[in-house]
Order: sequence, then structure tokens, then C-alpha cells
Amino acid sequence: MAGFFDIKARKEAAANGTSSKAPATKDTTRLQPWVEKYRPKSLNDVTAQDHTITVLQRTLQSSNLPHMLFYGPPGTGKTSTVLALAKELYGPELIKSRVLELNASDERGISIVREKVKDFARMQLSNPSAEYRAKYPCPPYKIIILDEADSMTQDAQSALRRTMETYSKITRFCLICNYVTRIIDPLASRCSKFRFKSLDQGNAKKRVEEIAENEGVKLEDGAADALIRCSEGDLRKAITFLQSAARLVGAVKPKEDEDAMDLDDTKPVTVKSVEDIAGVIPEKTIEGLVKAMQPRSKGLVYEAVAKVVTDMVADGWSATQVVTQLYQSIIYNEAIPDIQKNKITLIFSETDKRLVDGSDEHLTVLDLALRISNVLAGA
Amino acid sequence: MALLVDKHRPRSLDQLSYHKDLSERLRSLAQSGDFPHLLVYGPSGAGKKTRIVATLKELYGPGVEKIKIDSRVFQTTSNRKLEFNIVASVYHLEITPSDVGNYDRVVVQDLLKEVAQTQQVDQSAKQRFKVVVINEADHLTRDAQAALRRTMEKYSPNLRLILLANSTANIIAPIRSRTLLVRVAAPTEDEICDVLARSGKKEGWPLAKELNMRIAKESGRNLRRALLMYEAVHAQNEKVTDSTPIPPPDWEALISQIAKEIMEEHSPARILQVRAKLYDLLTHCIPPTTILKTLTFKLIPMIDDALKADVIKWAAFYEHRIRMGTKVIFHLEAFVAKFMRILEEYLMSMDF
Repeated sequence: MAGFFDIKARKEAAANGTSSKAPATKDTTRLQPWVEKYRPKSLNDVTAQDHTITVLQRTLQSSNLPHMLFYGPPGTGKTSTVLALAKELYGPELIKSRVLELNASDERGISIVREKVKDFARMQLSNPSAEYRAKYPCPPYKIIILDEADSMTQDAQSALRRTMETYSKITRFCLICNYVTRIIDPLASRCSKFRFKSLDQGNAKKRVEEIAENEGVKLEDGAADALIRCSEGDLRKAITFLQSAARLVGAVKPKEDEDAMDLDDTKPVTVKSVEDIAGVIPEKTIEGLVKAMQPRSKGLVYEAVAKVVTDMVADGWSATQVVTQLYQSIIYNEAIPDIQKNKITLIFSETDKRLVDGSDEHLTVLDLALRISNVLAGA
Repeated sequence: MALLVDKHRPRSLDQLSYHKDLSERLRSLAQSGDFPHLLVYGPSGAGKKTRIVATLKELYGPGVEKIKIDSRVFQTTSNRKLEFNIVASVYHLEITPSDVGNYDRVVVQDLLKEVAQTQQVDQSAKQRFKVVVINEADHLTRDAQAALRRTMEKYSPNLRLILLANSTANIIAPIRSRTLLVRVAAPTEDEICDVLARSGKKEGWPLAKELNMRIAKESGRNLRRALLMYEAVHAQNEKVTDSTPIPPPDWEALISQIAKEIMEEHSPARILQVRAKLYDLLTHCIPPTTILKTLTFKLIPMIDDALKADVIKWAAFYEHRIRMGTKVIFHLEAFVAKFMRILEEYLMSMDF
């Protein structure tokens, strides 16, 4: 009995919570990052993951859902998809009592899995009213979302194994991660896997342009392409860049400018400002480095390379960015014979590992450049 | 009496003397109302922190300058107690999670959530959100960074983060895609001269152009270092002229001495001597990376051009080892030994 009252009270609280919060959220939408503002509200809004969406939509009709494992690179819509799904399944009221979301910001050691997750999984379901059920499917199970599951410890993951099975009647798990290899096999085999692929150019571009239009931001020709290129298939990054670029060009806009009225005065977002924000190193700097690496008599190479690298480090270009762009410019350079490229890629791989391990950027980049120039010289 | 660095630190965005467009951009961000999460990176002494403090002032007004230092105790899951210092004003917090080493995750989880779940108390505040400045973000562990991810999104109405880092290499991609990257490049030598001249004028010191140029060059485009050197020169000499020598820091002098010793003789006995000096440096808390780097760049001009690439290669190699290993002295010594060997081999082959 107590439990029954409890749930009712909770539901009421949830209802009150949503109603009292509604105006507040409206007030803050303007302050929200666009990434949050344009998070897909329903499954149909999710861009470019057609296969996954079709499967999930079918589950909306039938009332069955498998355990799920979403994986893919950042910014492809994993979290958005599952949140949209939960919203469509349960509606605003029931979502509070039916969905438990845990992410890496929550303590997720083995004890939490044993207590919190198990308690939630064990809890009996509340019954929604008939009219509410007419609006939302409200299937008879709860969902536990474990976001960023690849940062859970092995122990915590293995503690989940049996829990998942025991309570599978009334609870579904949804694991979200970037690297499926970090999820232990027994867990992975209990879930149906959905791979979220990097967004292709067309879809990402469409979405970015849509948002730009909604926000009244003008894009220069090619700016959308630059956004997509700099973000490497990560839509969230693209939108963050877009927002920052928009702020940048609208530097002196007055505060209440949201409406479409002053649209005509705003300057368009340029390709340059996008690249500026994305931290892309100007072509000229990279060219300078490549030029310095060209073979000549030994001592001169060192002096030239050392000078360019020192300047680069002082300018604060991040070493990873240097490595990425240098890699691009060397691999796509037709003039370098394949056998040299082979050797150079080996050097790149080692450098990348060192940088990730936290080595000193100056020494590492200098070493990279000198070794490449050594290979180019044919040694 | 405060050091020049602190005394003449610019307090607002207008007073910043270089990277004008960057200051302008920060100002427009601060005024636009929807301030994003920031990731500010650049070499040390480029003015990252100064810029951020000025931006905060732009955001909230002079209230951010009234800061107090709190000491908080956190408890880890294994019941260990951690003491942690927080620099806070009414509007913002400043933390250095890497202080507590591997437990930074606990701090990030507990503290940020606590901040994020409470609203701004002061109703008259300019912004609804609080700002948390995280120093040395590139030293955060993977776990701590992962913990930041969802917090940044979920609590975005109440919380904005500003991460300060020397490089973005160690920041995981999901964080990078959630923040606006702000690169603060080091000032050029001319800009440093300009700053030196201006603070000299404020102090009433006579202008010595040549000296300023030399300091700018010596500092390696690090403004803080330049200012400290400038002050040291003036403190040590009554009358400063263009030709006054710039005293190098003790540790740098010691490293030059080591470099000289290594060049002179290549024998196990010499390694033993060098070891004592290396230990001396280490016990004075000079970071091993700095030792190795300074040593390398001191050795480079002394050796033949043909060897330079090789020496850099091994320096990078052992620097990586230092990072990965536990006992740094092994790797420092290994570098010395390797260097001696390379040099000896080269000299031998010359003889034939």
C-alpha cells in the first residue's frame, strides 16, 4: 500500500514539477546552447541514422523492446535518440518514474549497480490512466539508460549481467558508448547492437542550414561546408561552431535581437571565421613546415625546421592539430613515393601515441618533423 | 610589495595590450547572454588566466574580484578524505582538480553537481549561471573528463565551464566537441618589449631598449617570465643600461654546466658526476621534462649539424619514457649516456 501511495505522490510531484518548470525553461531557452535547443524531440527528428530509427519506430508500434547497445563516435546522436525514444514511449509525466539515466558524472561503481540500479529495476510498474495511455504507448517496462558506459569499470559491468536477465520482464537496459570494445562480451551479447555512423556530408549540412535559418544566421557560400569539414562528422561540434561563429559576427547585436527583424543587418558567417573557431591551422603555416622539411644539406634542415616548430608551439597551435593537418598534406601529396609514405605513417603513429601519453609537444613535433625530413631525404 | 607581474596585471578586457581581436571576441561572447563553455589553450605565460579573469569581470562586474579561499573535504568511495582548496567569489569558482591526483573524478562529480543544482542566489546578478574555472584541464584524468561530459549538457542553464589547458592533446574528443576552443598565442617579442616598456614607465625606471629586446628574446615569448626577468635585473643592479647582463635562473645555469660537462668528456665517471647534479635539480622540484628539454636545447648548438636530428629523436624518446615510467632519473641518465655514445661514435668515425 505504502508503495502505491508513494508512486502516486511521486507522480503528482512529477506533474507539478513539469508544470512549474515549463515557464522557467521557456525563459532560459534563449540562454541555452543550440546543441540543447535543437536536440531532436522525436525519433523522426533524428538525422541520418535511418536504419536504427526504423527499427526503433517498429518497436514503438509493437510493445516489445530488446536491451540495446548504442555505439558510435561522438556527436552522432546516440543520447539524443534514446532520450527521444523514451519521450515518445512514456510522455512527459511517466518519463520521470519509468526512466533512470546514469552517466559518467554519477558514481557508477559496483555498489551503485548493486543498489541503485537493482532497486530501480526491481520496482513494480505504476499504471497510467486510460486517457494518458491513449496518448502514449506506455509499454509495461522501465528503461535504464547507462550513458557513457565505456567508462564503467569491468566489475560494475559484470555485476550488471545477471541483473539484466533477472529483471528483463519489467526493465530494459540501454547502454551507450563510444567504443564497443570496452564493453565486456557478456554484456554486449545480451543487447541488440546499433551502430551510429558518422554523419554524412549531405545530412549534416542540411541540419546545420536548418538551424542557421531558424536562428536567423546567414551563412556565406561554402561556410556550411567548412563547418562540416572542420567538425569531421560530429554534428554537435558543427552546431557549437555555428553558434560561436554566429556570436562572433554578430558582435555588437543588442540583447533582444532574437526576432527576425534585424536579420538584414547581420553579417554572414564566413569560412574564415569558422576555421578560426575550429582551431584549424592556416594552410600557409603548414606549407611553411612542409617546405622547411624538404631535403637540403643537413644543418640547414634543422635550423629551418626548428624555427618553424618553435613559432608554431609559441603560437599555441595544438600538437594534435599539427599532426592531423601535416598528415593530410603529406599523404595526399602525389610527389612523395609510396615507400616513403609507408615509413612516414609509422612515424605518425608513434608521434600520436606519444602525444596522447602526454609527452612534451615541442620535442615531439620537432622530432616528427625531423624524422619525416630524414625519410624524404631518402635515408 | 607585489611583484610586477601581479601589480600590473590587466584587470579588464580593455587593458589587454595584445590579441585585440580575441579580446573583442570574448567581450561579444560575454555580452551575448548565451555564453558557451570555453576551452582556453595556449603556451604558459601567454595570458590565458588574465584574459579569463577579465572576461569574468565583463560577465559579472567587479563582484568577481572579491574572492575567498575555501577548503573543502571530499570523501572517496574508499572512505579516504581529501582536502581540496577552492577559490571562489559569489559568481564563480576556481578549482585545480589535478591537485588531488587520481581522485579528481570525485571532486569533479561532487562539486560540479552541487554547484550545478543550485541556482544563482543573487537575484540582481547579471547572469543566471555560475562559472567554474578549471585550471590545468589537460591534467585531468580520463575518468574526470568523462564525468564532465553529461554534466556540461544537463546543467547548462546553471553552469558554465571554462577549462584552461596548455594543449588540447589530452582533452578527450567529446569534451572538445562541447566547448568553444579559444587559442591564446604567446605574445611576439615586439609585444613583450612594449609591455616591458610600459611597466617600466609605471615604475619610473629608465628605458633601456636593447635590454628589453634581449629579455624578450631570452624569455622564449613567455610574458610572465619576461616580466620576472625584467624585475630581477632591476632589483640586482642600481643602474640599468643596455649592456647589463641578464642573470639566468639558478637551475638554468646548472643545466648549462651539465651540458658543458657532457661535452667535455664521455666516460662513466662523468655520468656519475652528472648524476649528482641531476639529482640536485630534481630535489629542487624542477620538472624532469623541463630538465631534459633545456638540456637538449643547450646541447644542440654545441654539436655537429649531422647529429642534431638524431639527438632530438632520442630526446623525444626519453621524454616519452619519463612520462610513462616511474623513476625519472633512469631516463635522464639514459639520455645522457645515449648522447655521449652518439657523439663518441661520430667522433670516432671522423678519425678514420
